[in-house]
Order: sequence, then structure tokens, then C-alpha cells
Amino acid sequence: MRLELKNVTKRFPGVVANDSVDLTVSSGEIVGLLGENGAGKTTLMNILYGLYEADEGEVLIDGKQAKFAGPGDAIAAGIGMVHQHFMLVPVFDVTENVVLGVEPTRGPFGHIDIDEARDEVREISSKYRLAVDPDAIVEDLPVGVQQRIEIIKVLFREAEIIVFDEPTSVLTPQEVEDFFGIVRGLKEAGKGIIFITHKLGEMLEIADRIAVLRRGKIVGEAKPGTATKEDLAEMMVGRPVDLVVDKAPAQPKEVVLSVKDLVVQDERLHNAVNDVSFEVRSGEIVGIAGVQGNGQTELVEAITGLILPLAGSVTIGGEDITLASPRRLHQLEVAHVPEDRQRDGLVLSFDLVENLVLDSYYAKPYSRGIVMDWGEARRHADELIQQYDIRTPSAQLTASSLSGGNQQKLIVAREFARDTKLIIASQPTRGIDVGSIEYIHQRIVEERDDGAAVLIVSSELDEILALADRVLVMYRGKIVAEVPGSEATAADLGLFMAGAGV
Amino acid sequence: MTAVADAATLVRAPAEVRSARIRGFIYLILAVGTYGLLASGTEGDVIFRLGEVAGDLDWTVSSKGLATFSAAVFGFLGGWELTRGVGRWSNVALAIALGIFAFAFLGFAAAGKSLSLVGMLDGSVKAATPIAFGALSGVMCERVAVINIGIEGMLLTGAFMGAVLGTIVGPVVGVVGAAVAGGVMAAGLAVLAIKYRVDQIIAGVVINIFALGLTSFLSAQILVEDSATYNSPGVLRPIPLPLLSDIPVLGRVFFEQNIFVYAMFVIVAVLSYGLFKTRWGLRARAVGEHPKAADTLGINVFRTRYVNVILGGMIAGLGGAYFTLGSVGAFNENMTSGRGYIGLAAMIFGRWHPIGALAAALVFGFADSLQVKLGILDSGIPSEFLLMAPYLVTIVVVAGVVGAARPPAADGQPYVKE
Amino acid sequence: MTEGPELVGGEPEIREQPPWLERVAPRDVDWRSLALIPSLAVLSALVVGAIFIVFTEGFDAILPAYRALFTGAFVGWSSISETLLVATPLILAGLAVALGFRAGLFNIGAEGQMTIGGLVAVIAGFSFEGLPAILHIPVALLAGFLGGALWGFIPGLLRAKTGAHEVITTIMLNFIAFRTLDYVLKLPGIQAEGRFDPISQPVLPTARLPRILGWLPVDGAGGLRLHVGLLVALAMAWAVHWLLFKTTWGFEFRAVGANPHAAKYGGMSVVVAIVLVMTLSGALAGMAGGNETLGVLGRASPGFTAAIGFDAIALALLGRSHPGGVVLSAILFGALRAGGRTMQVQSEVGIDLIVIIQALIIIFIAAPELVRAIYRVRGGKETGQLTRGWST
Repeated sequence: MRLELKNVTKRFPGVVANDSVDLTVSSGEIVGLLGENGAGKTTLMNILYGLYEADEGEVLIDGKQAKFAGPGDAIAAGIGMVHQHFMLVPVFDVTENVVLGVEPTRGPFGHIDIDEARDEVREISSKYRLAVDPDAIVEDLPVGVQQRIEIIKVLFREAEIIVFDEPTSVLTPQEVEDFFGIVRGLKEAGKGIIFITHKLGEMLEIADRIAVLRRGKIVGEAKPGTATKEDLAEMMVGRPVDLVVDKAPAQPKEVVLSVKDLVVQDERLHNAVNDVSFEVRSGEIVGIAGVQGNGQTELVEAITGLILPLAGSVTIGGEDITLASPRRLHQLEVAHVPEDRQRDGLVLSFDLVENLVLDSYYAKPYSRGIVMDWGEARRHADELIQQYDIRTPSAQLTASSLSGGNQQKLIVAREFARDTKLIIASQPTRGIDVGSIEYIHQRIVEERDDGAAVLIVSSELDEILALADRVLVMYRGKIVAEVPGSEATAADLGLFMAGAGV
Repeated sequence: MTAVADAATLVRAPAEVRSARIRGFIYLILAVGTYGLLASGTEGDVIFRLGEVAGDLDWTVSSKGLATFSAAVFGFLGGWELTRGVGRWSNVALAIALGIFAFAFLGFAAAGKSLSLVGMLDGSVKAATPIAFGALSGVMCERVAVINIGIEGMLLTGAFMGAVLGTIVGPVVGVVGAAVAGGVMAAGLAVLAIKYRVDQIIAGVVINIFALGLTSFLSAQILVEDSATYNSPGVLRPIPLPLLSDIPVLGRVFFEQNIFVYAMFVIVAVLSYGLFKTRWGLRARAVGEHPKAADTLGINVFRTRYVNVILGGMIAGLGGAYFTLGSVGAFNENMTSGRGYIGLAAMIFGRWHPIGALAAALVFGFADSLQVKLGILDSGIPSEFLLMAPYLVTIVVVAGVVGAARPPAADGQPYVKE
Repeated sequence: MTEGPELVGGEPEIREQPPWLERVAPRDVDWRSLALIPSLAVLSALVVGAIFIVFTEGFDAILPAYRALFTGAFVGWSSISETLLVATPLILAGLAVALGFRAGLFNIGAEGQMTIGGLVAVIAGFSFEGLPAILHIPVALLAGFLGGALWGFIPGLLRAKTGAHEVITTIMLNFIAFRTLDYVLKLPGIQAEGRFDPISQPVLPTARLPRILGWLPVDGAGGLRLHVGLLVALAMAWAVHWLLFKTTWGFEFRAVGANPHAAKYGGMSVVVAIVLVMTLSGALAGMAGGNETLGVLGRASPGFTAAIGFDAIALALLGRSHPGGVVLSAILFGALRAGGRTMQVQSEVGIDLIVIIQALIIIFIAAPELVRAIYRVRGGKETGQLTRGWST
């Protein structure tokens, strides 16, 4: 089968998401689609999958034009998509998730033949070596297994072209290798594959050829044999990119944050954080590496006062803050850049002024007693917007009008602009553009050099390797390794992230 | 319970322990209260009549004994929650304890007299019927993630239509018309909530206000003027099922009821099967839990929601007809008196499952019937407080149960397609 | 979450609808949403109302009915006094509901809070003999405030601590309040002397709210009924505005309403905010109740709240949950009620039509796209939904 996207253009109010894009994929090849956050990759795939309609251009299958009114048509045409954020119903079991929409039925009332479905799932599972338990409830399964379910879904519908959208963000380096094995197996079985990622190293390893998307346009093709990571980065961003952060060696001083024997339960009452202890000193950056879902989120929430731990202690500068509220932590000069910026870090319907005093409104100079001083708050906001290069025509616009990168810069501005003893940043550069990433990394190093103690939690290994003076690896709720930044390698860390050190 | 690191000292109790402690504490208070108010100082026996005729199947028991037993049950549960925690069965335990308490309460109120238990159970099923219809309507809608506050209005509209069409044409048309009216109201809710993305709670409140205004207006302008022509449909007689209705106790309660009660049971069965065994049900639930996933698999989220909400409205309309064609025989302004909202509470109590909703509705129906019975018994409790009973029970249920129950994940959120 | 296209650099993203608060309590109100759409909504509602009149009383009934409606509301001092008189408790109850909306809470219980507040105010009103008016009036009003506060505190606490949705609990408490009123009004010491029906003793003259238009020469019995309560209500409107937009408390309420997660992150206590808002909301509704019993009726009897609490929901929506908007909407609804009474008396059309018209107004306000579609007005920014489902 041969899939062609010809001259595809898609416009949204104020922006051209895809601009005359040409892309071809044939059976038995892996085409990589590379681009940074916001380049238009997901939009393009949504057009392919029938979720959007292109304004111009066409989709051709084996030379014939195809019109997709919805995902149903795309599926019928043999296109399968493994989404970045899994499209699985958490309370259903594996079989129900796989057959949803194409259920085998018996009788006039649409009774689902669940046995037949289960058998077919087992068959695909063994044929492509994707081990799953058909009766397991999805929300109980680890992320790696959930991904296999997504692949089985696609194969159940007899897809010929499979699109993988950022599939490795939830995998350890070893799991990535296994995953690549599966992908190559699919290629050998004759499937055509579109592999979307922003990770340069992986792209070079798996793709047969690479198309680079920048600001909605295909700016070139590259071949893994000849191109380097730097070449790809430059094509992606349009200028030479410094892949390494410039930083002087750390000079750590006294202990600021001390976590001892911490135990934190998650919503389903399992011990997400299971007996964790570590310290962070002023003037150093400690990075916690690990695949998402190993307790990092709960660890940060417990330290920053958003949830209460079950056992253990957290002290800052000697004061016990185990059960303290976020307000108390703010008073102790702790800054928190939260993992989910839209849910925890911003009120999207408030304007920039209000967002910039979100955690400091309660005291002078922004309020006296119960009365707010909005004039002072506005002055403060104007200053920060300038200083931190937040691109917006006005401080009175709502936070929802900012791009992801600028929203993150807003949060960073709010947190870093005051005196800080301890900075906790969780996934600080997730989903934002390269320019903002560079900026935020620089500011973090600056704060460290100013004497702050910095704790970074990130599932992007490159970010940890670039920033951390000391690396801790978290796996299944425990710290399983501690490595000095200078000695850490992706391979070693990867092993620990997969549990090898336990 | 989960394991905790041995060396660690707990800084506070895990969530489940805390809620068990609160429950246990409340149980102990109830134990003391029950003993103090209902047992001490109470004299005499109460005779629970289980048969049709006095003396047929009687159960005589000491009122004080019954109350003491109830207090003991509360005390036992209190101790259990405080020490080990009842865990998964705590809702069932609560329901059973409340049931025993209800008996003790009856025993106290009817000390020295006799009480027709069959009559009470019969009354409970009847009182539960409109609540169950409301709850089932809620289940239909919320399973596809549309909150339906407008059940009260749909019940009222159904009652009105049932009365008017029942008078003008006949009861069958009245029932069908009621269901259609409910469906039309629900279509209005669906359009507001799905197409215009109005907040679902506001849309529901609007439906209720509109229904109340409309039915009251038309009732005052037309029905009152000429009730013979418009508002005298009569009541549908109970239909005893052959053989089954001869079973002692249960026969009269379950198998000698009118068509609405039977319809209620049928709908519960059909919905339970449909939701969990058929293609329609799987897709509907998927739309309610993760509409984006359903969308990516080619399921039409909007159409699924429209269809289910309208069906839910029809169920509510049908339930509304119970008020006029199944119970009172004529329409009165605002005759539903909050039963729609109680239905919502029953839906939550029943964890969004048709059978659970039915069970919960029976509990509320019992509270309702209890209140009527106590009024008749002249128990010394002011009638105003008795009338409050169903509403108080609703608050207790909603406060005690909501946290533990999980609604469909996308409940209340309109689906936005790019 | 939806994945709209993102732009590199600083340009705005297309993302999903701004969070839910925008629909009902928007921050920016352009002239279209504040004046045009509500006016068109009212107009449309009147048109649909006319259709109902045709259906029940015939085409000829429309003009006399609407004429009576208009004159009863606006023509002559007597009408204006009545309109403002009816608007007064609507302002207070509307503020109660609007305050709730701003914090993301649905206070459907204004009716019950009014009932309890009015009852407590009445009791304070006929007790304390010998207290001079300058003290007695504030005491009685305060009693109403506290009574309503209690009735708002209960569902607030339940919502904050157990997640019990306030829609259900407040509605249940409404019914409980009505029955409580029935019961209390028959108690010795509260029931009026010599009466067997539930009605309270009359409020002492020192606690009655003084009339403010008594000096106007007008025929008809008794003089104009408009009383000081109007000034109290307007003062409360100003106070609520100040609270919401100029204080730290108001900032917290709005943040909790817009995004409780971020509010928590910012150090705010969501529990305290919810309880405080519901309590204050109940207190405002309680004052509305006190206003009725102390200012207009002079006593309490069942149903004295006359569905004001339910109207308040509609007018809070109409007024975009903004104190100024609430005042204007309350005057509109006051006009509808006062005029409606005249309409009922002078024409064939019953007052329930007003309820239908009000319901239609809410529908059209809550779905501005509907109004836009009908009248082909170009789009604005109202979007979003409030509901977070059944638990926090």
C-alpha cells in the first residue's frame, strides 16, 4: 500500500498549522516525522486520521483520492494510529478496549461475543509478541503494557499504515529497544510506519528516512546514514542549536532540603513513594530521573504541600514541613514550578497580573490586611513580563491566550523573581518550544549560581543529563541509584530506570 | 490495606482509616441515641402483621427489645469500623443498619399497637416507583456523561401529559404521551448541553423551572377551569400476576402492582443487560468514560449522547405518569415535590448501576412510606418532621456516599471536537 | 486534552474553551453580552410568552395582558414603588446566588435560606420589647443574616468536607426549611395570639423597616410601600462588589471557582473558601428573608418567600454574576412581578406566565448562541461550563 499526502494545508484562526505538506509512506518502510513542539506534526496526523479536514490538498491511497469524514473511514482504509496520549478507557478491560467500535456481536440485540473477541486478542498478542492479559483492567496496568494494547487495537483493525505519535516518552531506554524490535517486526510484516518523535537519537536509529517539519512546512528530508543530531536539530529549529547547557561546576554548601523515609500514597491507596530519603544543598542541582509513573509526581506533591504524606519527614533549613501547607512553604521561600502547568500552575481565565500574584497576593506589598493593592500588582507584572520575555500584547489578557512556552515562562517568572532558597521544578520544559526550553534551562542554572538549592524532576533524560549536578533515579517509589552528574550516562541511567539496580 | 514501611512512623492515618473512624464514631453516636430515645422508657410489644388478615402471620416483639437490638447493631458496626474497618461492604452495612433502625423506630412509634408490615412494604414499593424512574433516567444520561438535573421537570411534564391525554383519550395514550413529553424535555436539555454547551446543571435547573412554570400555568388556566374535560384520567388498577401473587408477603408486595411498577422492574432488567452486555452499552459507557477515545474509534459521541439522553427523558416522563395515572388520578401543581432530586440521590447511592438505583430507590421509598405510617399511627412526632424524613435521608446518603462512588469519568463535561 | 496547533514563539495558541467560569461569571463584559444579548433574550421570551397566551386565552388577550404588565411595572409612582419593592429582596437573593457562582458553587437553596433568615428575623422582631428602633432594626436584620448564614453553612460544610454536591443538599434543605417554618409557626410563643393557622406574631413597630416614599402624595390605601430595605440591598451590592474584586478574600473565592487546583497551589484553602462563600451566600439570602418579614409583611407565614429564591438564580445568570448586573436584573424581574400582579388582576392571563417568561429568559441567556442564531448577531466570547461533576 502506498499512502501519499499531497500539498496538504490546514489553517486555524491566526496560524497556518500545515503549509503545503507532501509526505509519502509505502508498505515495509519506516518514515520518521521530526519537528519540535508546535511544528504541526499532530495536526497533520489528525488530518490523516480523519479528525480534521484539510483546507487544501489531498490524501491518496494507492493513487486514489481518499476522503475521511471521521476516524471510522480512516480505519476502514487501513490507517491505524497509536496516539501520544493513550485512548484507552481506564475502567474497561483489555479486550473491551481493543474491540470498542468493531465489536463482534451475536443475535438481534447486539450481544457482544466476548469470547470470540478474547480469542482474537490472544492470537494477535502471540503473533506479534505483544504480551497482554485480555481480562486485565486497563487502569491497573503499567504504561508500557498500555502501549501494547494500543498497538493490538490497531492490528485488530487490520491496519496497513501505522502512525506512532511520540511513543517512547513513557519508556525506559531498554523498553525503547524492545519497542523498536516490535516496530521492526511490524515493518517486516509489510506494514508502513510513520514514526513521530522529537528525540533526535531515536529518530536516527529507527527511521529509514526522516522528514523534518518546521512551522507547518516540510523543510527537508534526511537520511540516518548521513545526518547527525546537530544537523537534525538545526533543520528542526532553523538555527544552530546548542544541545548542551553551559554551566560551571557546582559549589554546594549547606543542606537546604532533607527528605527522610518518606511514604506517600496515591489515589488508589498504593505506596507511590515508598521510603525515599535524599538531600539537596544550596548551590547544586539535583535531578530525579525516571519514567513517568514511578512516584515522582507524588513525591513532588508531598514535598510542596499539595498532598500529605503517610510517613516520614521533610525539612527545609531545619524546619519540619512534613505536614505544612503550600502557603507555609511559600513563606519559607520555596518556589514550585508544577508538573501540570494548566491545572496547578495557572488560572487560565485570570489575566497575567492575577496569575503573577497567585501565590503571593496574601501579603505586602500586594495586599494590606484584606484589601488588595492591584496597582502594585500591575507594576510587578509589567516588570516581570519585560524581564522574562513573555510574549504578549498586554498584561490584561487572560493566561489562556499565551502559548505553552510563554505560560511556562510566566510561571518561572513568578517563582524565580522572588528570593528563593529552594526551587522545585517538575517537568519544567514539557511540551514547549526549543527557544523557551533554552531560556528556562539558563535561568535554572543562574538561580543555582545565586545560591538556591534546585530539585528537578524530569522524564526527559537529556534534560537531566544537561542540568543535574547529581542524578537520582526513581523506580517504583524508591531511589535506586545516585550518580554524580559528570559520570552519568544515558545507558546506565536507563538500566536503573528499568529497575536493574533493585 | 496497604503495607507501610516498617521503620516509618505514620504522621497521619491513611484516608481509608480516617473515613472508617468517622463512620465508626457516627455509628456509636447513633447507638447511644437509639438506646436513649427509643429503648429506655418504652413499654409494650408491637405486632407486625405480615399477612393480609390480622392474626394470619403476625410477629410480636417487644418494642424495647427491638430498639435495644438496633442500638446494639449500631454499636457493633461502630466498633468494627473503629478497629478494623468494614471496607468494601460498608455501604451495604449502612443500609442494613438503617433498615433495622427503621424497624426499631416503627416499634417505638407503634408500641402497644399493631402495624401492617405488608402494607408498609407495599407502600414502599409504590413510593419507590417514581424515585426509581427518576434514578434510571439519571443512569441513562450520566452513563454518557450528561448530568440530568432536569429529571424533576421531566417527571412533572410526564405527570401533566399523562393526566391530560389520559382524560381526553385514554390511559394508554396518556402513558405514551407522558413518555414522549419527557423525551421532548430531554431533547431540550440535550440541545442546550450538547450543541450549545450550556453548563449541564444550569440547563437542568432551567428545564425544571420551565416545566414547573408551564405545567402550573396550564393547570391554572385550563385544568382548574374544566377538570372534567382535562384532568380526570382515573387511576390504572393493579394487575395481580397469576400464581405469583399468592405467595405470602412478597406476593402482594411485588406481584400485585400496577403496570408502572412492573415496567420499573422490566426497565431495570433491560438496562442492566443492555449497558453491560451489548454493543450499544459498551459504546455508551465508553462515551461517558473517555469520549475522546470513543471518538478516535469512529463512535459518534454526539449522537450517542443525544439518543441516550432522550431515552432517559422518556423513562422520566413515564415515571411522571405514575403520579397521575398510577397514584393520584389527577394533576396538581408541583405534585412531584422533589422526587426527581431524590431520584438523583438514589442514582448516586446505587453507584450509577440500574440495579443499585432500584435498591436505593426502595430504601428511599421505605423512608417515604415510613413517614406516612407514622403519621397515621399518631406517634407523637410532629407531622412536619415526618415530612422532612425523605429529604434528610437524601442528605445523609449524598454526604456519606458520594466520596466513595465513582461517576463516569467524563460526567458533566461537554465534548469539544476541533 | 484537546491538541490544537501550537505556534512556535510567542503567538497565541488555539486551545480548548477557557475554563468554565467564563459562561456564567465572565471577566470581560462587552456591550454585546451585557446589553444586547439580554435585551434580545427578554424580547424573545416575551414573544414566546405571547404564543402561550394565544394558546390559552386567544389572540385578543395579548395586548391587554402586556399593557397591564407594563403599566403595573412602570407607570405611576405606585407602580414604580412596587417594582422597586419587589426588586429589593431579589437584589439580595440574586447577590447570594451570584456570589456562589463566582466561586463555582450552585446555591439553589436561597429559598430555604430566605425562609430561615426571615423566620429568625421575625422572632427577633417581636421579641426585645422596649428596644429603640435605631437598635432594634439592625438587630433584627442581623438575626436574618445569621439565620440564613446557618442555612448556607450546612451545605457548604457538607460540600467542602464530603463532596456532597450543593445542588442536591440545598434543594433538600429548602424542603426542610419549609417544613420547619410550618412547625415553628405553630409553637406557643411564636404563633400569633388567637390564631390556629401557622402565622407568627406581628413584628413590633420598632423593628419594622421605615418607608422612604411616604411623603409622596398618592391616592390609594396606606401610601407607597417602598422601604429602607432598598438602600440596604444597594449597600450590599456595593459590598459584594468590593469583596469580590478588591479584597484578598474575593481573589481567593474567584480563584477557587475558576481552578481549585491552582488555588490550592497558590496556598489558598479550598475548604475554607467553599464554606465561607456558602455561608455568606446564605446570609445574603437570609437578609432577603428579613427584608420581607420586617419590611413588607410584618409577620411570617408559610410561603412568604414567594419563589424569590428561585428567581434569584435566573437573575444572577442574567446579570452575569456581577453585582451591578444583578441589581439591573433584579429591577427587571421586579418589574415583571409587579406588572404581573396587575396583569393577573386586569386581564385574563395568570401570573404563572411570568414564571414561563423568566425560564425562557434564562434559557436564552444561558445559550447566547441560541439568541445569536435567531437574530444573526455576530459572535462574542461566551463559552465554557461550570460543572465539575458530583464531587470536588
